[in-house]
Amino acid sequence: MKRIYFDHSATTPVDREAAALALEYMTDKFGNASSIHSFGRESRKAVDAAREQVAALLGATPNEIFFTSGGTEGDNLAIKGVAFANRKKGNHIITSAIEHHAILHTCEYLEKQGYEVTYLPVDEYGMVRIEDLKKAITDKTILISIMFANNEVGTLQPVKEIGRIAREKGIYFHTDAVQAAGNYPIDVNELNIDLLTLSGHKFHAPKGIGALYIRRGVKVDEIQHGGGHERNMRAGTENVPGIAGLGKAAEIAKRDMEKKTARLRSMRDRIIREITEKIPHIKLNGHPTERMPGNVNFSFLYVEGESLLLNLDLKGIAASSGSACTSGSLDPSHVLLAMGMTHEVAHGSLRVTLGRDNTDEDVDYFLEVLPEIISRLRAMSPLFGAGGTARAGNPCSECQAHSH
Amino acid sequence: MYTEKVMDHFTNPRNVGEIADANGIGEVGNAKCGDIMRIYLKVDDKDIIQDVKFKTFGCGAAIATSSMVTEMVKGKSLTEALEISNQAVAEALGGLPPVKMHCSNLAADALHEAIKDYMEKKGK
Ligand SMILES: Cc1ncc(COP(=O)(O)O)c(C=O)c1O
Repeated sequence: MKRIYFDHSATTPVDREAAALALEYMTDKFGNASSIHSFGRESRKAVDAAREQVAALLGATPNEIFFTSGGTEGDNLAIKGVAFANRKKGNHIITSAIEHHAILHTCEYLEKQGYEVTYLPVDEYGMVRIEDLKKAITDKTILISIMFANNEVGTLQPVKEIGRIAREKGIYFHTDAVQAAGNYPIDVNELNIDLLTLSGHKFHAPKGIGALYIRRGVKVDEIQHGGGHERNMRAGTENVPGIAGLGKAAEIAKRDMEKKTARLRSMRDRIIREITEKIPHIKLNGHPTERMPGNVNFSFLYVEGESLLLNLDLKGIAASSGSACTSGSLDPSHVLLAMGMTHEVAHGSLRVTLGRDNTDEDVDYFLEVLPEIISRLRAMSPLFGAGGTARAGNPCSECQAHSH
Repeated sequence: MYTEKVMDHFTNPRNVGEIADANGIGEVGNAKCGDIMRIYLKVDDKDIIQDVKFKTFGCGAAIATSSMVTEMVKGKSLTEALEISNQAVAEALGGLPPVKMHCSNLAADALHEAIKDYMEKKGK
């Protein structure tokens, strides 16, 4: 069966050129980048080259790039690193309710350590309001961390404006750009960004490699102690194959940025347009225009997300959902709920995230099979059509596991 | 994640729909949880389940357990049907992932609600 991958926000295939380079630095050129000898120097050279490639992707300088094991580590290092290094200045952090758990759980941990965290709400499109941000700032605020683009609904945040306000107030601004980096143009100087997290596997580099951009002069404590790697910011023998692969993927991403985003945007807009035309009782989740080029997110009322995903999977289409059933928890996505969506609507969400290898034929096929799946599930749904009976014997209302 | 049997019942659910002249209807769950199951029964004078249909909003496990329970009770007496537990439905499907055992495994409850509804209507 033909398989179509529509889940590029989860992860992406490694670019063949990047994979070949990574393989080379695992096998033939395996030296420890800290070694003095020729084997080590060979690896060091690769690390240096990658640092330049990643810096170029962001409009940064190479010495502002620190390699990490990925997005989660980058977020942890940025938040805890800034919090610990600037404790004397203040203990207040501002973030948003729709961040990835790598940010949210790190902030919750810091709350237990005596920090105060404000979780900004978002509007119905999943966007932070500048007014709320301004009101939340106190003289104890040391860090504002707002994601660049949301991983579920793709909403792009007003990053430049947030950065401007942070700069004005002398507060550091970190952005989790795991979804955007390599997939959307970013210039850290133009956008007033002080720290930025990126992760390789979201833009065709291997998994388990990423980077944290730290603007020169920003005070950050290391959180992993050991050798003096990454200029004492991140101890641990460099993952040279991963770093080399990341560098190559960054170079390709920069080179193809304009072409790729234009293509994805046109496929995205076609999917949104045709679903809207073909299927009734739907809701587009996320911002109508300020969204990631490859992100489509719809709620199909009266349909539950997991059964929708399974049906698509049976047709060879891989997508994702914010339904509780797909998260392994009992509540649907915190992002959709923060946008004011009811549980019912959130359960029926479908996320399609396009990538560079998707074709118009993939989109044709998807648009052909989706309406039929939706009608089949709706025909089975007690919520659809004729009114329901009394809600008798509801075990969920007594359930301790649920916190609605 | 799901057994072959679950996928079979999910892809080809048995007894989907409504019974226009049902004499017992039961519903459990709520849309907030992401699962609602409604069972329709047609019970004859001898308390035998002549026909059973379901409508379910929910994940793969919710649909499969609904389908399975209808298959298990068709032609059975109410006494036999009342003995079927959620656990038994899950077992008949070759098991469910642990996270699904709670919310999505309510088909027997829906069945029991439908039987209760029938009894109440009959004044039993
Ligand atoms: C917005 C966001 N932040 C952080 C992460 C975590 O990145 P990683 O998987 O590289 O640890 C992800 C990955 O899903 C993400 O989407």
